[in-house]
Amino acid sequence: MGPLYPQELLNPEYNLLIGFLIGIGFGFILEATGFTNTRKLAGVFYGYDATVIKTFFTAAVTAMIGLFLMHHWGMIDIYKTFYPSTFWIPTLIGGAIMGLGFVIGGFCPGTSLSAASTGKRDAWSFIAGVMIGIFGFIFTYESLWKPLRQSGKLGKVNFPQWLGVREGLFIFIVAVLAVISFVLYQKWQDHWRKKLTDEDLNDLGL
Amino acid sequence: MENKQQRNKYMNPYLGGFLMGLLIIAAYYFSGEGLGSSGGYRDVAMGVINTVAPEYARSNEYIAPHVAEGHSPTHTWLVYELLGVIFGAIISAALFGRLKWTTGRPPHITKRRRLWLALIGGILWGIGTQLGRGCTSGLVLSGMAVNSMSGYIGLAAIFGFGYLFAFIFRKLWINNKNR
Repeated sequence: MGPLYPQELLNPEYNLLIGFLIGIGFGFILEATGFTNTRKLAGVFYGYDATVIKTFFTAAVTAMIGLFLMHHWGMIDIYKTFYPSTFWIPTLIGGAIMGLGFVIGGFCPGTSLSAASTGKRDAWSFIAGVMIGIFGFIFTYESLWKPLRQSGKLGKVNFPQWLGVREGLFIFIVAVLAVISFVLYQKWQDHWRKKLTDEDLNDLGL
Repeated sequence: MENKQQRNKYMNPYLGGFLMGLLIIAAYYFSGEGLGSSGGYRDVAMGVINTVAPEYARSNEYIAPHVAEGHSPTHTWLVYELLGVIFGAIISAALFGRLKWTTGRPPHITKRRRLWLALIGGILWGIGTQLGRGCTSGLVLSGMAVNSMSGYIGLAAIFGFGYLFAFIFRKLWINNKNR
C-alpha cells in the first residue's frame, strides 16, 4: 500500500530516481503543451489562449479522482504523504504577491525552469529573480517574515471536510466547474481570435 | 496561412493535463510527494548558503531544520525532480523544433523591457512562494490533488489577485490596437 517511500517500502536511491523520472515527464508536458511560452501563460488572464486553463484543471481533476479512488480502494493512505498544512494568512498574502509576480513576470517557478532549459532568455531572467527573492527572504526571515509566516495555522485541513461536504461530491462539483470553465474559456478564446494577427497565431500555435 | 509551417505545434491540452494528473498520482504513490517547483529552488538556495557559510546556515531559523540531518539540503526529491524537468523540457522542445535561443514577449514589448519585467516578477515569486509555502505546482496543483484547503486558498489568491493585477497591467500583454 502506498505511499511507498514514507513507509520505507522503497529505498532512498530509487525514490530520488523516481523523482527524476517524474520530473522528466513533468518538464516534457510543460513544454509540449506550451507552458514555456510566456504569452500562452498570460492568456490565462486575458482570455486569448485557453490552453493553460484546460491543461491545469484537467491535471488537477485527474489527480483528485485518481487519488480519491486509490484511497478508497486501500491502495494509498493519503495522510501518510506530504499532506500540506494550511496557514491561511501567509498563503493568502503570498498568493497575492505571486499573482502580481505572474502578471509582471509572465511565468511561475516550474514553467520558467522548463522555458529556461529550452533557451528562453526571459525565463533565465525570471529564475535569477526567483533566486534573489528566495535569498532575500531567507536573510530577512527572522527580522521580517517569521510572525507572518507562522500566523493563521489551521493544521492539515481537508477542504471538503472543512466545508462539511462529502469528498466524492466535492470532487464531482470541482470537475463540473472545470468543464464549465473549459467551455467559457474556449468562448473567450474564440472571441479574441479575430483580433489576433497571423504572427500572434503562429506564436501561440492556435 | 502561407506561414502555417512556422506555426508552433502543441500537444492537446486535455491529453497533456491527463498525463500530468497521472504524474501527480505517481509522485504521491511512490514518494509521498506532490509535484513541486519552488521547494526545489529553495533547497538549492539553502544548499548554496550551507556550502558558503555553514555556521550561518545552522544559526538561521529558516534553514536550520533543513541542515540538521547532516546531509546537504540540496539532496532532496524536489531537486532531482527539477533536474528531470530540465531534461524533459529539452527533449520535448527538440522533438517539436523549439530548441533555440529566443526571448518570449508580446511584439509591442522590447526585449530589454521584457527581461527586466521577468526579473521583477521572479523576485516577487521568490518572496511569495516562501511566504505562501509553495507555488502553482506544489501549493495549488498538488494541494488540490489531495483536497487540501491550502491548495484552494493558493488558487483563489494567485488567480484572484492575478486577475486584478492583470486588469491594471493590461498594457504589458495586450497591444492597444487589439482592444
